[in-house]
Amino acid sequence: MAYSPIVLDHFKNPRNVGEILQADGVGEVGNPVCGDMMSVYIKVDQDRITDVKFKTFGCGAAIAVSSMITEMAKGKTLAEAMKITNADVAAALGGLPPNKLHCSNLGADALHSAIKNYLDRKAGKAAAPDLDKEPHHKQEGEGCYCPYCEKKVEEEAPMCIFCGREIPHEHDH
Amino acid sequence: MGVIYLDHLAATPLHPKVKEAMIHHIENVFGNPASDNQVGQPAAQALEQARAQVAALLNADPKEVVFTSGGTESVNHAVKGTAIGLRQKGNHIITSNIEHKSVLNSLRTLRLLDYRVTSLDVDSYGLVDPAAVEKAITPETILISIMLANNEIGTLEPIADIARIAQKHKVVMHTDAVAATGVIPVDVQALGVNLLSLAANQFYGPSGVGALYVRKGASLWPLLDGGLQENKRRAGAENLIGIVGLGLAAELARLEMPQRLPRLQALKDRLTKGLTERIPEIKINGHPTQCLPHLVSVSVEYVEGESLMLMLDEEGIIVATRSACASGSLRASHVLIGAGLGHALAQGTLVFTLGMDNTEADVDKVLQVLPGIVQTLREMSPLYRTERTG
Repeated sequence: MAYSPIVLDHFKNPRNVGEILQADGVGEVGNPVCGDMMSVYIKVDQDRITDVKFKTFGCGAAIAVSSMITEMAKGKTLAEAMKITNADVAAALGGLPPNKLHCSNLGADALHSAIKNYLDRKAGKAAAPDLDKEPHHKQEGEGCYCPYCEKKVEEEAPMCIFCGREIPHEHDH
Repeated sequence: MGVIYLDHLAATPLHPKVKEAMIHHIENVFGNPASDNQVGQPAAQALEQARAQVAALLNADPKEVVFTSGGTESVNHAVKGTAIGLRQKGNHIITSNIEHKSVLNSLRTLRLLDYRVTSLDVDSYGLVDPAAVEKAITPETILISIMLANNEIGTLEPIADIARIAQKHKVVMHTDAVAATGVIPVDVQALGVNLLSLAANQFYGPSGVGALYVRKGASLWPLLDGGLQENKRRAGAENLIGIVGLGLAAELARLEMPQRLPRLQALKDRLTKGLTERIPEIKINGHPTQCLPHLVSVSVEYVEGESLMLMLDEEGIIVATRSACASGSLRASHVLIGAGLGHALAQGTLVFTLGMDNTEADVDKVLQVLPGIVQTLREMSPLYRTERTG
């Protein structure tokens, strides 16, 4: 693992860990099958995020991403916070290893989910948190498919033997 | 204070005597063992000495030892070489769901070439049922490949029983003994296998060198085609520096094993007992007794393995994890899932592998710091909600 010093700092000394019991919005993304699960809690006052906390099940990158998103979101208006992207979080952390960009970089998604939950509650749509979790169970017969020719290929194959293209090595759910 | 290294399955440090022998070889011998001259002859002698040393460790004939570039090559050679060598006889291979990737991905290649593979389930300890192996045998079956010791949970498979079944049905039996050889007694006669893979970096030899035991009469096609080295089984000039290291490491393992084994087992017991007593809601994986003496696999509820590993690293303790996040494939360990663990619990798995340099103080340091690390991460985890429900 090649984590940047900023990632390691946020992993070792995470900011804003915990829950807000009377949160105005709660966002949950990810699931343990993928390896990471994040919950973000926000307090909102006059369309501005006054407090934000997180809880995360995940690797070093996932914890650092969660910590960073809470720092980036605190004090921002909802509109500003909605503009923060996962890529912004990764950049603020001094970059993330490529294989962590997809799976662990869910901070902005979790924040946006919390904001959406707040807005929904305000509009009277949802009293409970909006659980943004896919069930994500591997189906029998499910397999890996070549992204180019869509033929079924062996798991973790380096290339497709049907079209000859290299299969990118990344998260393939 | 130096680091506490508890990841001996990834690689063992070189035994000081092995290092010395390799340096001596580098400084004094450079010839090609195939050259019948006064430069080549010392090389040939070194090669044959190492072969005898490895054979002695396995209770084999030196002629049955083929040097390779490590465990992965040995396994590839055994599996693919048998598949090609016995293609006229059949195309069916039996294995288990918890084999090392070198077996599983060799079989992936063979499936593309119209071989059929039966992959057997294991029980919650990771044990393969010999009766299930026998049931899976068809007239087309040419090879059974089951590991001797699992490299993630340490469970020792009933290889002698399975090999007896293989022999009865005239099927070739290979065992991936990489995690076991040099750690516990491995006797190819007692096991009754036709092929056995091993690697030097599991017993204080160098990485990048291993061997394949090939019982006399095996129908094994070469994996690497070329010259006549290794009795025509493995072409290419030998990695003689590595082979010298492997040979001596094998001899030292054989001679020192009576001292190493009880020490490792005592440290393992201390670690297992301490973890169980000090950390609630954990699961010790693998078979409680039929297990490698230096491996402890523990799954910690509600937390993820890579973050555990990183925090231990901060404390100077080096361990391995089997979480999806830490793997290149971003998948939970097929071994832990195969043994019936849920994905979340599998994610929180650490693997400690002890070595001959470890002490009780090393184990005690783990037991001192890990409970706090687990608690810190649990308090950060959305899956751990005792404060809410309590």
